[in-house]
Amino acid sequence: MSDLIYRVKDLKVSFPDLAHKPLFGAAPRTSVLKGLTFDVARGDVLGIVGGSGSGKSTLGRAMIRLLRPDSGSILFEGTEIAQLGEDDLRPLRKRFQMIFQDPMSSLNPRRRVGGIIAGPLRLQGFDDIPRRVDDALEMVGLPKSFSERYPHELSGGQRQRVGIARAIALKPDFILADEIVSGLDVSSQAQVLNLLEQLVRDLGLTLAFVSHDLSVIRRLCSRILVMHHGEIVENAATADLFANPQAEYTRTLLDAIPLPDPDQVWA
Amino acid sequence: MHDARGQIRRLPGLRLWLSGGWLLLLVLAAVFAPMISPHDPLEQDLFAARLPPFWQQGADPAYLLGTDSLGRDLLSRMLYGARLALTVALVAGTLTCLVGATLGLIAGYFRGWADLVISRLVDIWMAFPPVLFAILLIAVLGTGLTSIIVAIVVIDWTRFSRVVRAEAMSQGAMDYVASAQVAGRSRLGIALAEILPNVLPTIVALLTLEMGIAVIVEAILSFVNLSISTDQPTWGGMIAEGRTSIYQAWWVLVFPLVALFLTVLSFSQLGEGLKDYFDPVLR
Amino acid sequence: MSYLTIKDLTVRLKNGVPLLRKVSLEVKSGEVRALVGESGAGKSMIGKAVLGILPRAAKLTGGEILLDGEDLLTLPPKARRAKIGAKVALIPQDPLTALNPSRRVGPQITDRLVDILGWKRKQAEDRAAELLDEVHIQSPERVMRSYPHELSGGMRQRILIASAFAAEPKLIIADEPTTALDVTVQKQILKLIREMQERHDTALLFVTHDLGVVSKISQSLTVLYAGMVIEETDVRTFFAEPGHAYSRALLAATPKYTDPDGSLMPVPDSIISQVEQQVAAFDAQLKR
Repeated sequence: MSDLIYRVKDLKVSFPDLAHKPLFGAAPRTSVLKGLTFDVARGDVLGIVGGSGSGKSTLGRAMIRLLRPDSGSILFEGTEIAQLGEDDLRPLRKRFQMIFQDPMSSLNPRRRVGGIIAGPLRLQGFDDIPRRVDDALEMVGLPKSFSERYPHELSGGQRQRVGIARAIALKPDFILADEIVSGLDVSSQAQVLNLLEQLVRDLGLTLAFVSHDLSVIRRLCSRILVMHHGEIVENAATADLFANPQAEYTRTLLDAIPLPDPDQVWA
Repeated sequence: MHDARGQIRRLPGLRLWLSGGWLLLLVLAAVFAPMISPHDPLEQDLFAARLPPFWQQGADPAYLLGTDSLGRDLLSRMLYGARLALTVALVAGTLTCLVGATLGLIAGYFRGWADLVISRLVDIWMAFPPVLFAILLIAVLGTGLTSIIVAIVVIDWTRFSRVVRAEAMSQGAMDYVASAQVAGRSRLGIALAEILPNVLPTIVALLTLEMGIAVIVEAILSFVNLSISTDQPTWGGMIAEGRTSIYQAWWVLVFPLVALFLTVLSFSQLGEGLKDYFDPVLR
Repeated sequence: MSYLTIKDLTVRLKNGVPLLRKVSLEVKSGEVRALVGESGAGKSMIGKAVLGILPRAAKLTGGEILLDGEDLLTLPPKARRAKIGAKVALIPQDPLTALNPSRRVGPQITDRLVDILGWKRKQAEDRAAELLDEVHIQSPERVMRSYPHELSGGMRQRILIASAFAAEPKLIIADEPTTALDVTVQKQILKLIREMQERHDTALLFVTHDLGVVSKISQSLTVLYAGMVIEETDVRTFFAEPGHAYSRALLAATPKYTDPDGSLMPVPDSIISQVEQQVAAFDAQLKR
């Protein structure tokens, strides 16, 4: 049996549906994740793909406990974290980190890059912080001098590198990357993907990569979860999924991707 | 990356300089009032009553801005009035800000029952007509500087808490807050270190606006004779007195009114300017 | 026969910084031309200039925009607006914000027909229903009575497409119309735009950053960098052998799920500095 970093069982999440809130009383709840079960092995690069409203980002956020699931179990390295309170989670936080979709809103605009990367290190009680900040910047290919800059002084690709540096500085076991290249131009997108691939290789990271773009996922991931309407419709190794997609929805998804090729015919 | 959008630059704030200049002048006037006032502001000289300002016929150069119907020097009275106006602006404004912003931050970021209680309180509070509320309060507390300040704080904290709550809520939904949570920061830590700096520009703008409002409220209370003891010069009191002799001596009304107007305007303009200054994206 | 001809179009910020550098391009009647570039390349700015909706900070400082042989920029403002209103339409990027949330959908389609073209309301409503049917919306009458929030993103984009074609414009400018949509919906919308464009024989200027989309929608394309035309060619030639090093690099950086090991080549710095030099040389020439 391979070494599992996550065991997720029957995970359910629902949100209040404010659009249908009655004038008096509480809003009804819509279920966003309808009982998901899957494992993540150490060293996996797990792609989580789906359309908008499929629940893919919610799943990611539940895994690192940015939200509390209604029910179900999340075993992270053997520890049940599904219902832990914030105080009990705090010591675990350095072991699962997140890179956000929009670096402009996830990097505090009032902090310099150095402070942004140092923040989590300080909170988690690391020593030798300046060196760790420099190391993290170096690993993502940014010059040390960048620690003096503000986020708005950087390009989109550079900001996303800062987001990556902040996550890897803590040397986490697991990183969630939520649509981290969808806001970028293709040129910087390729750079960020290459960087991520290299970091996975060099640091032995386990990564969950949430994206709507199967082209990007194929490039990076070893396993893929296909989500649709809050359920996992397919869970397969990348090569198998592309060679022989099992679910109807996966086939529709693949078929809809516009290839940069005028000879591709759309049915 | 090539992007021309970064090249849009903002002009340095002229209004920041103008408004700051007037307020600085006012501060100096207030601090040095006893030294620079040409007369005792309370000294009456009925033989020199209703003297016009210096450029008009029949003016006495010793009374630069003229005198009121009791022959008191207007300039001196305005300088002393600035003391009270500024004290009220600074103390009442700051206290209101502290109370209101704190409650707003708690409601907006911590949500839950705290939000429920604070928001309902704000709703109820805002249903009272503010000036009547103030008059009622003074009637209970008695006149005096402290009463005015307390009245302003009690009436106006809702202004801060509503705006700060909304702002904290929208900031709370930003990913940098989630990322602080991922980093292991406590709830209180997030509120103070992540949210507060980002609502600070709004708070600063509101604070200066509130200082202007405090000056007005003080003037209104003086106008209805509920402020300080009547022999202490206040701008509102001067306006009230000037009203009775508007046809014989317009200057008694107009000078304190202009000072009041400029001060309130300066406070609000200063706020707008400082707001930009506190925003690193615009700076 | 070229329907839209842009010659040496220059747009600058108020402080003189150029956003478009002497851009020239044409769109023939019934042709689909894609405008491709990364963010900040000025691709949306061209469409805005044609429509006369440049942002306040930008200023058109030179060039010609010929619509059907007539220079829009020399027309008096009123005549220009009338001409643009009658001949050009826009399919916007974000179907969420492009429809007014507090008005029913129907009037939002018919407004233009009634207000600008002076149609009778009944006639306009019939036309709207017909168009909604054309964009494959079932029960058009019901949809016309709906509010935007009651409809899905794809549905809203269909409505915006119907609305764009309502007055039988000769030219449609589509500004990243599928960027906000899921791929499965994007596919339907692209097919729909193509179908409508062919049926109505409309010229289409399609702004996008996605080369995959370009290959599905257009016959020709113009590649922009920093407000300057880098390459102009037909789609087959472009994907077979891009003419400019920057175009080649862009194509190499576009992920393609069909080749598993195809590594993505980020656009190399050498090529960026090459085009930046081109831009600088161009600016120097402009100043002289």
